[in-house]
Amino acid sequence: MDFSLFLPETFLLFMALIFFCQSMWKSSADLNQGLALFLSAAGVIISLLNLNQSGELFYRSYRVDLFSQTFKCLISFGLFLVVVLGRKLKGIEERLQPEFFMFLSLSSLGLSLMVSSVELLTIFIAMELSSYSLYVLIPIRNQARGQQMEAAIKYIIFGAAATGVMLFGMSYIFGVTGSTYLVDILQKMPALLKEPIAVIGLLLVLCGFFFKLAVVPFQFWTPDVYQGAANETASFVATMPKLGAVALLLRLVSLAGSGAVDLIQVLVLLSAVSMTFGNLAALVQTDLKRLLAYSSIAHAGYVLLGVLSLNSAGFSAAVYHISAYLLMNLACFLVVCAVSREGENVAISDLSGLYRRSPLLAFTLAVGAFALAGIPPTAGFTGKLFLFVAALNQGHLALVIIAAVNTAISIYYYLNIVRSAYGQDPNGLPAVTLSFSNRLLNYGLILAIILLGALPAWFIELARTACKTIIS
Amino acid sequence: MDFLIPNQLSYPILSTLIFLPLAGAVVLFMIRNETAAKIWSLIISVVNFALSLPLYFSFDISTYKYQFAEHVPWIPGFKINYTLGVDGISLLLVLLSTLLTPICILASWKYIDKRVREFLFSLLIMETACVGVFSALDFVLFYIFFEAMLVPMYLLIAVWGGPEKVYASLKFFIYTMAGSVFLMVAMIALYLNAGTFSIPELMAHKFSFNFQFWIFLALGFAFAIKVPMAPLHTWLPAAHVEAPTAGSVILASILLKMGTYGFVRFCLPITPQASVYFAPYVFGISLISILYGGYVALGQSDMKRLIAYSSVAHMGFVTLGTFLFNKQGLEGAILQMINHGVTTGALFLCVGIIYERSHSRLISVNSGISSIMPIYIGFLGLFSFSSLAFPGTNSFVGELLVLIGTFLDHKWVGALAIPGVVLAAAYMLRLLQKIAWGGEGNPTFKDMNLREIIYLAPLAIFVLWIGFNPGPFLDVMHASVAHLIEQVQAGNALALVK
Repeated sequence: MDFSLFLPETFLLFMALIFFCQSMWKSSADLNQGLALFLSAAGVIISLLNLNQSGELFYRSYRVDLFSQTFKCLISFGLFLVVVLGRKLKGIEERLQPEFFMFLSLSSLGLSLMVSSVELLTIFIAMELSSYSLYVLIPIRNQARGQQMEAAIKYIIFGAAATGVMLFGMSYIFGVTGSTYLVDILQKMPALLKEPIAVIGLLLVLCGFFFKLAVVPFQFWTPDVYQGAANETASFVATMPKLGAVALLLRLVSLAGSGAVDLIQVLVLLSAVSMTFGNLAALVQTDLKRLLAYSSIAHAGYVLLGVLSLNSAGFSAAVYHISAYLLMNLACFLVVCAVSREGENVAISDLSGLYRRSPLLAFTLAVGAFALAGIPPTAGFTGKLFLFVAALNQGHLALVIIAAVNTAISIYYYLNIVRSAYGQDPNGLPAVTLSFSNRLLNYGLILAIILLGALPAWFIELARTACKTIIS
Repeated sequence: MDFLIPNQLSYPILSTLIFLPLAGAVVLFMIRNETAAKIWSLIISVVNFALSLPLYFSFDISTYKYQFAEHVPWIPGFKINYTLGVDGISLLLVLLSTLLTPICILASWKYIDKRVREFLFSLLIMETACVGVFSALDFVLFYIFFEAMLVPMYLLIAVWGGPEKVYASLKFFIYTMAGSVFLMVAMIALYLNAGTFSIPELMAHKFSFNFQFWIFLALGFAFAIKVPMAPLHTWLPAAHVEAPTAGSVILASILLKMGTYGFVRFCLPITPQASVYFAPYVFGISLISILYGGYVALGQSDMKRLIAYSSVAHMGFVTLGTFLFNKQGLEGAILQMINHGVTTGALFLCVGIIYERSHSRLISVNSGISSIMPIYIGFLGLFSFSSLAFPGTNSFVGELLVLIGTFLDHKWVGALAIPGVVLAAAYMLRLLQKIAWGGEGNPTFKDMNLREIIYLAPLAIFVLWIGFNPGPFLDVMHASVAHLIEQVQAGNALALVK
């Protein structure tokens, strides 16, 4: 067994252990924050160095391939961004900060394990590792009096129910195929797809990931958790589990092959309902995090457009869009964290005149919102273009038209955010000062969103090659 | 690639025209001083205009092919290319865009006193997007510029606009965005059907009538909002009234042309059968736009609103001419796009000049100033006469060509369009009469200063130049228009054979 294949995961475990040690004695907040920054940056480099590794570990239940390594890069990169943007951790009590970083790295570890797992029980355990860490993270907040508990309980109960359903589905799949290894299932699945039990089993397994991705009807937790959790935690919950969920959705859906008509129909329905519900509900939100929550439900619907295309073009479009989503959503959360003075929630009215209070932040917000809305030349547009091409290529015209109409609807609330930042007066709201690292992150995210959108060729090719490894 | 003539100039002219303003806009962020920022953007835009002139002087009028072309693969996996080129249809629109940007910067010199750098940033980004739209030969590239222009325009209205700016900017954005999402679906459908995003290749591809039918509707919806054609025009008066002067000028002179240009560039050659099929409906809507726009303009008390409705009417002539599918109609329509850009842009500038003095756009507040501001009235008179298509001005040539084209094939449509011309005379003369001689003028107003004369003079020259000598402007489009008509006829002839 070659442990160099396992290096990115080992490093995350190491990072978690360091913070575990830090949590046992009194340590300064600056040290912890600096350590987190350093370690997460090192994590990005390590996962990038391991991008082209491939091989199998742990009795073939764990596969390292381009697909998993791409996602591991994205996960470690996301972790790094979350650490930088929540640099001062205004929403977390100082004595709990080492634990915060520990669970953050443990959850990332769980996600990294998940994207490499090719055996049902391994998938389950990896997913639980990432979820349990989040169950602990959500209630850690020094503001909002009780809201965070409500959020945590909702998340646990919905999460537990979804994983229960998922396990139940796994038992069906094991029952009909006699194996928990995806390789074996893949050989038997296409023949079994005419049996309702196989389709239902697969769908039930997918439910666990629909929960993570916040697809309707598993979306109920999203707005409350975003609102109740600390801003820094919310920025993690809003992006990272979705990366893992998309990776696993792609792995599992590819089991079905292109003949899975029933499965596709269900996915089409979920996609249409998710984006419509998300966008309509977002129209009336006044809290920025709740708005982003509903927008994430809508984006889950868009990503499903790529998943249900069941080919490498669609899959790579989904990977592209979720990566773009990571950037543009974090750009918005960056603003949430910066505008919030003591870690409280941010209403859209708190953004008034942001342009005067911090021009750079306002620009980041505008780029993030326009990218989420899908305006070129941002990555959000390019992602949507690829998704639409993939879905339309498979003949889902009605769904693409629904998605297009949804895009038009969504403009209203994204524009509302930009309007508050640019079109209104500050009304006495104080200026926002940004630390040096925060400024760099602002510039970095703006550039990344625009460059990924304008020059997507290298990334989409990478995603396509990666997705070919999971489609047999 | 035989429809592209590679760029023969010593520099990649179209890329330069697109990216020079963008680079200039980025540099603006590093300039702290506002006056320096104004001078910098003025220099960038004037240089850009100077660099665009070789387009006209090196243009080969004997061919319909796309000239000064640049072609670089961009996203090979989806066959998306960075392809640029201009032909007789887009040449003048590119030049109009580069001409108007410095004029807009000069016109905003005093008027914009807050967030100056951001204002100039938006204007320069607009120039990038405008030149990009008219020179893109790849559908995705076109779409990107077409959409990207929404953001700076939105900001121009939302940040520097009048009291109702929130409402106006939202309406503008949502209307246009609603149109362009269908444009995107149509674009993807075309790609999946023909296997290319290249506009010239799409023109050469033959689609079934049923497919054309739906594509035309999707494209037409997007472009009709942009033109705007009644009843989708309601965003226009709101946006115009609230936008700052420079915003109104760009909106009227260039943005609206993206709609009509879209009809000429996409609908006619790519969906020729559907275009012929839908032509009567387009005539109907155009006539409604002409008559309704003119009629509503008659009743306005706000100068900007009046000119905004007159735009609806003028653009009706453009869409009417476009769907005649004959030489006079199409050339008239394309010339009329330029004319409208020059004349209406100039009229908005005139409103801006008087607004800076009286802080009101109401006709009643600004009336009776002929003896106080004689130079101003001279310019306003010229542009008003141009707007009502008085012989000797540019619009006369354009409207005459469109009407000749109409009477050639559809006498009744022509007869119905004539009252529109009369209406134009009525509302423009009413405006001119009130402003010049209606009542006692405010004696504190100062006449136009040198800066104002400098930016109006080029437009005045073009009004008379095109009016008296339209030849050079029409010559550049002959070959392209002839080819376009061939494409439409070929597309329909093929259908008859089937």
